[in-house]
Amino acid sequence: MLELKNISYLVEDEGLGDKKEIIKNVNLTIEDGFVAITGPNGGGKSTLAKLIAGIISPTSGQILFNGEDITNLSITERSKKGITFAFQQPVRFKGLTVKDLITIASGKNITINEACGYLSEVGLCAKEYIDREVNASLSGGELKRIEIAMAIARKTPLTIFDEPEAGIDLWSFQNLIHVFENIHEHAGGSIIIISHQERILNIADRIVVIADGEIREHGTRDEVLPKLLSQAAPSPALGDESDTALGCPTLLDKIKK
Amino acid sequence: MAELTAIQKSLLENIADLHEVPTGAYNIRSDGGMLGRNTTANIDIVTKTDKPGIDIIIKPGTKNQSVHIPVLITQTGLKEMVYNEFFIGEDCDVVIVAGCGIHNAGDEGSEHSGIHTFHVGKNSKVKYVEKHYGTGEGTGERVMNPSTEIYMEEGSHLEMETIQIEGINSTERKTYARVEDGASIVIKEKIMTHDNQVATTDFKAELVGADSSADICSRSVAKNHSKQTFRSNIIGSNACKGHSECDAIIMDEAIVEAIPELTAANIDASLIHEAAIGKIAGEQLIKLMTLGLTESEAEEQIINGFLK
Ligand SMILES: Nc1ncnc2c1ncn2[C@@H]1O[C@H](COP(=O)(O)OP(=O)(O)OP(=O)(O)O)[C@@H](O)[C@H]1O
Ligand SMILES: [Mg+2]
Repeated sequence: MLELKNISYLVEDEGLGDKKEIIKNVNLTIEDGFVAITGPNGGGKSTLAKLIAGIISPTSGQILFNGEDITNLSITERSKKGITFAFQQPVRFKGLTVKDLITIASGKNITINEACGYLSEVGLCAKEYIDREVNASLSGGELKRIEIAMAIARKTPLTIFDEPEAGIDLWSFQNLIHVFENIHEHAGGSIIIISHQERILNIADRIVVIADGEIREHGTRDEVLPKLLSQAAPSPALGDESDTALGCPTLLDKIKK
Repeated sequence: MAELTAIQKSLLENIADLHEVPTGAYNIRSDGGMLGRNTTANIDIVTKTDKPGIDIIIKPGTKNQSVHIPVLITQTGLKEMVYNEFFIGEDCDVVIVAGCGIHNAGDEGSEHSGIHTFHVGKNSKVKYVEKHYGTGEGTGERVMNPSTEIYMEEGSHLEMETIQIEGINSTERKTYARVEDGASIVIKEKIMTHDNQVATTDFKAELVGADSSADICSRSVAKNHSKQTFRSNIIGSNACKGHSECDAIIMDEAIVEAIPELTAANIDASLIHEAAIGKIAGEQLIKLMTLGLTESEAEEQIINGFLK
């Protein structure tokens, strides 16, 4: 279980020479199960995920993980305690291969077969990818799938996916659901999915809506989803104008090289 | 052949991945003398009479054979200059593994300078690997200055891989290639320097033949107070393709210089240079840390991958 207590995050605004509050006194308890976080672009979702993973530190407030105060722990320490974060924009590496990264993610020496298993789960033909360098030659969607495969390999009690469906065009939705269920089965705990997709929100146990650095809604799917749909009609895109009517993301603009 | 000492064995392992005497043709030079030699029906090795060094003569049509010519230095203060010349006949396909390991336990400098000349016959394929390694608890410097001259006849192909990861205080590498019609050369260099080490590499490729090509790729990591200089010069005087690339990671107080030169003297010469020098990207470190590595473990993985 994850608890955020009075979390605020301020940055220097270069344009105004002023401080800008990106996360505003957020109080949030994330229970076990599937939790979807949604809200408009720039609302603070990724920032919140970075605060949880320790990539940035809150200006004030406290983060508790299974009752333990982790506010001052490093990224590595939090990772070792069981927090995994699949980035919205995955990182490229010159020289490191898919196999290298999946091995690091799994935290032990794994066989080629095991590594390939994780790739198959995200719909990549394992043989073609296992020895590829995770460099600029991979497409945005391929990179995104590899990022998800790493999260699967870690099997930790808390996994955060930042827009896992973005850029993955032809991958069946069922597979993505299967990935989440698999992690849940192996590690229990919570899975936080940041998403603009109604279909993802539809499988969440609970939904959190963040806008302008604040929690606007937090409740069960049945409490929150109807409100969102009525606000967002006629498009189910929930504030993301780049989603198509088909409900398939065409978020090419988000895979900034 | 004489028994190898533990130090000689460890040097051999590091520079040639050899755990014992290699199969096929070889010549092992140690502390200025010959430790062992084997020739085969197709590959002859002859000691030069006018200067130190050997001639390696490979018969036309030799396929799938290898030659190992490692050089070991274990004596502090030894300085040598060696001339090795390779005569590779037409239509060969061979692997040549050179390399030099210095173990310096004393306080005098040890130095190996080698001039390797390759004559690559028509349509032959050669893979040439040269690994440099230094070790030893002494304060004496370990210096290596390799020069390589490559003359490539029509339709030949040579791939040269040089690796220097550890223990060489100072190195100055010079490589020259002259590439005739339809011939191609690929050079891959990997260097890591640390402490106060200095490494300079200087590549020059003359693409004189029609449809000749050169591809030079250097990946390096400079740590601590070390200094690296990368110079490349590709001259295209025919319809040809030339590409050179210098990709360096810089750390601590290190200095990396990249000085590319391209000269096109033919309208159909297409020459490209790319150079990138920078520190390890912060987001790469962060990603690996979210996978459970410490910052220094992450750094190590990134460097190992980069130089792999
Ligand atoms: N270091 C920073 N300096 C200035 N502004 C920042 C910084 N980091 C984030 N922001 C701003 O904070 C806001 C929240 O960003 P964040 O990436 O968390 O949004 P998001 O909800 O993930 O949006 P999206 O749906 O587009 O991914 C944005 O307006 C962003 O520009
Ligand atoms: Mg975001």
